[in-house]
Amino acid sequence: MAELTSLQSAIRAHLHDGDTVAMEGFTHLIPFAAGHEVIRQHRKNLTLIRMTPDVIYDQLIGAGCARKLIFSWGGNPGVGSLHRLRDAVEHDWPARLEIQEHGHGDLSNAYVAGAANLPFAVLRAYSGSELPKHNKNIRFIQCPFTGETLAAVPAVRPDVTIIHAQKADRKGNVLLWGILGVQKEAVLAAQRAIVTVEEIVDDLNAPPNACVLPTWTMSSVCCVPGGARPSYAHGYYERDNRFYQAWDEISRDRETFSNWIKKHILETEDFSAFQKVLNESKKEQLV
Amino acid sequence: MSSANYTTTEMMTIAASRLLKNGAVCFVGIGLPSTAANLARLTHAPDIVLIYESGPIGAKPEVLPLSIGDGDLAERADTVVSTPEIFRYWLQGGRVDVGFLGAAQIDRFANINTTVIGDYRKPTTRLPGAGGAPEIASCAKEVVLVLKQSARTFVRKLDFLTSVGHLDGGDSRKKLGLPGKGPVAVVTDLCVMKPDETTRELTVTQLHPGASRDQVQKATAWEIQFAADLKETMAPTEAELCVLRDLLHRTAVAHDQVPAA
Repeated sequence: MAELTSLQSAIRAHLHDGDTVAMEGFTHLIPFAAGHEVIRQHRKNLTLIRMTPDVIYDQLIGAGCARKLIFSWGGNPGVGSLHRLRDAVEHDWPARLEIQEHGHGDLSNAYVAGAANLPFAVLRAYSGSELPKHNKNIRFIQCPFTGETLAAVPAVRPDVTIIHAQKADRKGNVLLWGILGVQKEAVLAAQRAIVTVEEIVDDLNAPPNACVLPTWTMSSVCCVPGGARPSYAHGYYERDNRFYQAWDEISRDRETFSNWIKKHILETEDFSAFQKVLNESKKEQLV
Repeated sequence: MSSANYTTTEMMTIAASRLLKNGAVCFVGIGLPSTAANLARLTHAPDIVLIYESGPIGAKPEVLPLSIGDGDLAERADTVVSTPEIFRYWLQGGRVDVGFLGAAQIDRFANINTTVIGDYRKPTTRLPGAGGAPEIASCAKEVVLVLKQSARTFVRKLDFLTSVGHLDGGDSRKKLGLPGKGPVAVVTDLCVMKPDETTRELTVTQLHPGASRDQVQKATAWEIQFAADLKETMAPTEAELCVLRDLLHRTAVAHDQVPAA
């Protein structure tokens, strides 16, 4: 059974320095509140896994929480570069960041293999590509039945997976819908899982075949309304496109970035305090 | 026509959209490919099936998505599946007719780079990376590429080969044993190129109105080949321009990029 608890307690209890952590959400339901809490609690030396390390990982990398990044597309969607990720890769700031990169089909398959307790995933790709030269975790195998050459990548098995979802019931069963990305696979591949939700309800009213994660597959469920902002939660709120555009300016310069993190994350108590400070910054047109 | 009433970017988008047949199943990247694919859907190809890697199948967005996973894509899709399923059953399963991609660099055999400019370990510019492109380039039955042409993007040698096109030309792609045929066309703001049937080297088959051979050569770092029966691209029609501009305006308003009228 997942424990219904605060996000602070969940991160404190389940995420440790040096852990491998996957925060998933394919542009939808990105667990920003949880990412901020990781920064607030000064977690270090994390190996971050995420198919699309957008603004959430730019914040974690720039704040010095990461040692390594495993990913398949690292940009600010619809805007451009992730400046903190680029600064880390191009200039080792704030520290050297080891990168291991894949393609989306590859990494999503690696989560499936992790959830299925298989050592590796197999796919048709990468022949002719230079990615395998730089990533020793992309290799080729021969099919034992047909002799065909296929690409193989090791399963992803995070110590902790963190996702955001729409609803949980009072036992901690979680319902999510809309664009689902690899959230379910990421939870089932992990040793421990933390899920933040928009609301806790008496009854999920989920139709058969809906994407429901049973309470006993997760460690903690935390009610954090708005916890995916500035990304969106289908049925609750829309994507804050202006913030993604503003992030380009905030993150471009090291000092501007560090001041923003200090004021909005390190000096706020939790996500609801963060949202208040952010709204004030927006009024002053600082964001 | 010397005083064109359209931009070269509009010509590029429209020329790319015309390559998509009605009813085709099209795996769409964000940006120019998504604009061209939706233009096709709103003009000559109402039954085109648009698949986005975030999970929507049969997406019919009212406005262009800013990110690959905008809610509007899910809201108006025939179905929404998980990302592993998109790649495993739908793309690798052989159900995608056309993969529609952009790139930062392309070479004469339509191999593409979306990874780094400069050395991989010490890059001058770190680009976003592969996304779904290596798998799309491998498994879509055909690939169409759309990107602006300059000598910095159409290079002699890629800084990094992210996704394979026709590799070293000739039958070298075939020997890799990949399911898809690879790139069948490259659409730029100056012209349309297609791979030569034997050498698989990109050959200019159409010049857009107003573009010259010289201009195309200057915007290509290798000595570019022109087809013997080089044609001129039909200029955008009023209807195409009208639909495209309306779509882009709706999009800008919806994404808070211009004040609503």
